[in-house]
Amino acid sequence: MNVKINGNDYPFIEGSTVAALIMSSDLVTTGLSVKGKPRAPLCGMGICHECRVTIDGLEYERSCMVLCRDGMEIEIT
Amino acid sequence: MGNKLKNYDSIVIGGGIIGAACAYELQQRGQKVLVIDANTPGTGATAACMGHVVVMDDSPSMLQFSSYSRKLWSELCPQLPENCEDIMCGTMWVAEDEEELEEARKKMDLYESAGVECELLSSSGLAKHEPNLKSGLAGALRVKGDRVVYPTNVVRYLLRNIKVLSNSQVVDISENEVKVENGDKYFAQHIIVAAGVLTAKLLGLPLIPKKGHLVITERYPNFANHQIIELGYIKKAHSATSDSTAFNIQPRKTGQMIIGSSREFSGYDKGINKKLLSEMLERASYFMPGIRKLKALRVWTGLRPATEDGVPYIGYLKNKKVFVCAGHEGLGITTSLASAKMIAAQVFGEDTEIDNQPYCPERLYRGAVSV
Repeated sequence: MNVKINGNDYPFIEGSTVAALIMSSDLVTTGLSVKGKPRAPLCGMGICHECRVTIDGLEYERSCMVLCRDGMEIEIT
Repeated sequence: MGNKLKNYDSIVIGGGIIGAACAYELQQRGQKVLVIDANTPGTGATAACMGHVVVMDDSPSMLQFSSYSRKLWSELCPQLPENCEDIMCGTMWVAEDEEELEEARKKMDLYESAGVECELLSSSGLAKHEPNLKSGLAGALRVKGDRVVYPTNVVRYLLRNIKVLSNSQVVDISENEVKVENGDKYFAQHIIVAAGVLTAKLLGLPLIPKKGHLVITERYPNFANHQIIELGYIKKAHSATSDSTAFNIQPRKTGQMIIGSSREFSGYDKGINKKLLSEMLERASYFMPGIRKLKALRVWTGLRPATEDGVPYIGYLKNKKVFVCAGHEGLGITTSLASAKMIAAQVFGEDTEIDNQPYCPERLYRGAVSV
């Protein structure tokens, strides 16, 4: 089972959140802040909004609140 | 503290945009000013509003007042720090049908007579500027020089060199003296009450809180390029008794969108009215279907301080021997700077640049506390 992140395949363990996958991958960060600073998942419970990515075309999804699904397309800018 | 430290040329009660503008104007003219705020300056209606600097034509005097004040903003804005988020995005007054387009034409004539630059857009012209609006709208009036600011930070800027007493509830005001909750007294030649809806309690001047809801979204740069308002807004905003919603969307410098608007008569209650909120978003989505796909971050409310005749109180209240600057309803950011000029002129005993008669607080003073 794979998700695509920026077009590349990433295998995942069933039950893991998108944030967990990102943190355990070579990517770690979930993009840049307005001022250009790298951001990464922090609270892991949907509060801090630091882990927002685009999932299946929906912008600003909190990746810690979404479970990986086979074929899911994730974009990190 | 010795009495010396408590003597000022002017004391301004209330540190919202109106009080801050008054304090700044008086300080610029050389006065020693104290601002007393019940909480923290700029955190009441000032923080809850959209920060739209807009010319309005409700009446000839309002047209003159708001266009004069917008001119003052265009002079102030270049010196504001980045965090005041000034953008001159203009206002798009959207006409749904031919009848409203006719209204837009009349509006254009009025604006042009006051020297306010604007242009009438056809249906396709409007779509070019704002592709996310629904198709089939009749057109729009585009007012280029209107702008958007972040009022809370403007307040911080205006008050940066002024003494502020925060978290201090004023309990008594007499001619040259202000008493706060803990018993401390402060003295001044002039006292200016600019306390928004709380002015009613302090002076017995009738004010009606009109609650409004706003929603802020994540960042969607260029989803809207102007502050877009339905022309029907003006009719609805003037209803004196019934709740209403109207489409109003604003692009922020950050790329976020603020969506409004609602007007509700529910006293001083600031709770969220879910029914009215969903009606408001329904109205907005009708004009901009894409709104349904945007992510909202927060919803909040604020209280517009409205007078019975829709005209703010700006001037001297003889019975109380104080100046009043309050009751600007939904136009406080726009008209704050002109209001401050008007107050300062009267404090210094000069003629005001525009006729101050319509704003005289005596007109509705009944002498009784009406809270």
